[in-house]
Amino acid sequence: MVSTGSTNEQTDIYAGASDTTEGRVFTVSGQDWDSITDSLGDGVEERVVVNMGPQHPSTHGVLRLILELDGETVTEARCGIGYLHTGIEKNLEYRTWVQGTTFVTRMDYLSPFYNEMTYALGVERLLDIEQDIPEKAQVMRVLLMELNRISSHLVAIATGGMEIGALTVMTMGFRERELVLDLFELITGLRMNHAFIRPGGVAQDLPPGALDEIRDFIALMKKRLPEYAALCNANPIFKARLVGVGELDLAGCLALGLSGPPLRATGYAWDLRKTQPYSGYETYDFDVQTWDTADAYGRFRIRLNEMHESLKIVEQAAARLADLEGAPVMVADKKIAWPSQLAIGSDGMGNSLDHIRHIMGESMEALIHHFKLVTEGFRVPAGQAYVPIESPRGELGAHVVSDGGTRPFRTHFRDPSFTNLQATSVMSEGGMVADVIVAIASIDPVMGGVDR
Amino acid sequence: MSDDKSDETTAAPVAAVPTDHSPTVSRENVDESTTREDKIRASGEVLAPGSTEERAVGARRGMFGTAGSGDTSGYGGLVAPTVYPGATQRPFGGWFDDVADALVSRLEATDLVPAIERVVVHRGEITFHVRRQDLPFVAQMLRDDEALRFEFCSGVSGVHYPDDEGRELHAVYHLLSMTHNRRIRLEVTAPDADPHIPSIVSIYPTNDWHERETWDMFGIVFDGHPALTRILMPDDWPGHPQRKDYPLGGIPVEYKGGSIPPPDERRSYN
Repeated sequence: MVSTGSTNEQTDIYAGASDTTEGRVFTVSGQDWDSITDSLGDGVEERVVVNMGPQHPSTHGVLRLILELDGETVTEARCGIGYLHTGIEKNLEYRTWVQGTTFVTRMDYLSPFYNEMTYALGVERLLDIEQDIPEKAQVMRVLLMELNRISSHLVAIATGGMEIGALTVMTMGFRERELVLDLFELITGLRMNHAFIRPGGVAQDLPPGALDEIRDFIALMKKRLPEYAALCNANPIFKARLVGVGELDLAGCLALGLSGPPLRATGYAWDLRKTQPYSGYETYDFDVQTWDTADAYGRFRIRLNEMHESLKIVEQAAARLADLEGAPVMVADKKIAWPSQLAIGSDGMGNSLDHIRHIMGESMEALIHHFKLVTEGFRVPAGQAYVPIESPRGELGAHVVSDGGTRPFRTHFRDPSFTNLQATSVMSEGGMVADVIVAIASIDPVMGGVDR
Repeated sequence: MSDDKSDETTAAPVAAVPTDHSPTVSRENVDESTTREDKIRASGEVLAPGSTEERAVGARRGMFGTAGSGDTSGYGGLVAPTVYPGATQRPFGGWFDDVADALVSRLEATDLVPAIERVVVHRGEITFHVRRQDLPFVAQMLRDDEALRFEFCSGVSGVHYPDDEGRELHAVYHLLSMTHNRRIRLEVTAPDADPHIPSIVSIYPTNDWHERETWDMFGIVFDGHPALTRILMPDDWPGHPQRKDYPLGGIPVEYKGGSIPPPDERRSYN
């Protein structure tokens, strides 16, 4: 309890103060700031260490910030992470290679297709089937990833806006994101955590009517995306909060390993889709977006522009898919391709009845094959691979190690949120407390990816 | 007397062969791969250019990877050696040779050629196995040299190979040269008994958190790291969870003074 004599007003049992070897420690729970400043009295140094989070609405999930303040100036900022560590990498070692997609999709939950994609690319490289992935699977992967980039950037802009009090940006962002999630639900059956991109291809073909929905979405987004620009780009309050905040130049970005929008905001056009293309990105027409201010505003503008570029790619991918009706979406090798053909039945999605009839009634070999692949899985030759891709947050890569068995020997994800978050100190020290929030929002960390 | 001695000297290496790389492997199944590798080494035969020798590390038993479940499949007795791609002979192909040449020529100038223990090219990726005490020097050179310019490090990933005797812990670094648009991998090993690897945070500051994570998960001590503390697990956590000898689950959950046993130790009704 604070020793000011006003203890009878103090009803919150969690708030209070205690003496420790580090000095006096106060627990602030809201609306009790006065009692603390009173109890400090005169002659106390201004330096305060504030523990922000891990439960704080503007720290993007369970991120803990330890800020040393001098008045309202941040003199030191450190991150405490690990509150969302779920041991996904360890769990992967106890499941088959295909089951792994179910885990990795849950890491960075705002860009699930990218997690699945880099994992699938690594496994495919070890299997040496990179050249055998069917055209339609490649196009569907690109389509889903670019839709995902739009939904992820929408959340980045929406939550970033919310954190500085621009609630309209938040409601707009989530409104449009819902449209993307509806498309995901139509195509994969799930709004998040799809496990749709698998080693060898994708889980299912496009459902009927999906291309029409995508075309409607593109037409709608072409009207909606300019609204963000009209609302924010020249908005004096928005600019006052973002311009010049969280600056980090090119040398700083490279030293700290930052990639994605923070790197491109320094004016350096590094985008793995262009520089080290995968999944046929070299055949799509799009531009790498850069900005030259290296601050939070630049990163916002890059995300906004990238959504337009993603929409261009989605449009091209949809046009290609129209010509690929009925084409295979899984590698032809039946030793790898998941045998249970899924179909929509009267009770939702499940094993295709034709497939069940085949394995149960017609072919003993097909049943054995199905059983072996589903329970034991396929073997992946021993070795290691690292195939990074450009996720909405930067370079996302899976270091996949196999010992020749049916399970990953080790899978490590180089998550861009984890690496980029290291820039918190250098972006926010010397600035105001309120700018810490803007700096972190401009990094756009997703704690599921940071902690894995 | 002299006959006995010569018998001994000829017999000894043969007996040592199977245990060279694969201490836990049962002999009848693994002889084939290890003796092949040893034959190549003993005869001094040079592999064809671009080809890769193999390196056996440990073995996999049974069919399904489970143990202690009362296997009735009949496949439980299978033993298959785990064979990784080994050193590759030159030429490596493409720009791999340019990087290797530049690296070797710089190392020759400083009398540190043995710093590169082995080069492995597999699936279109090149891996340089670096002697651990030379890692900071090699990394510095890779970053700064005009012809190399690997200015971006994608972090470090630990791998625990319990069967790789004397080199159980591996630290794997992925480096990217944006100037030349190239990507290479460095691999450094340390024995379980002496889990120390020099830190390269001073060269690639991005590795700060990555090295902390690898310490946290594998117990590799990165000497020279400014503050090597746990990062994902709680500060007082015992053990390093990603090691192969650390179980999955089986850890009681402690919350507000209470302790809830792991699922496999809770009361059950079977």
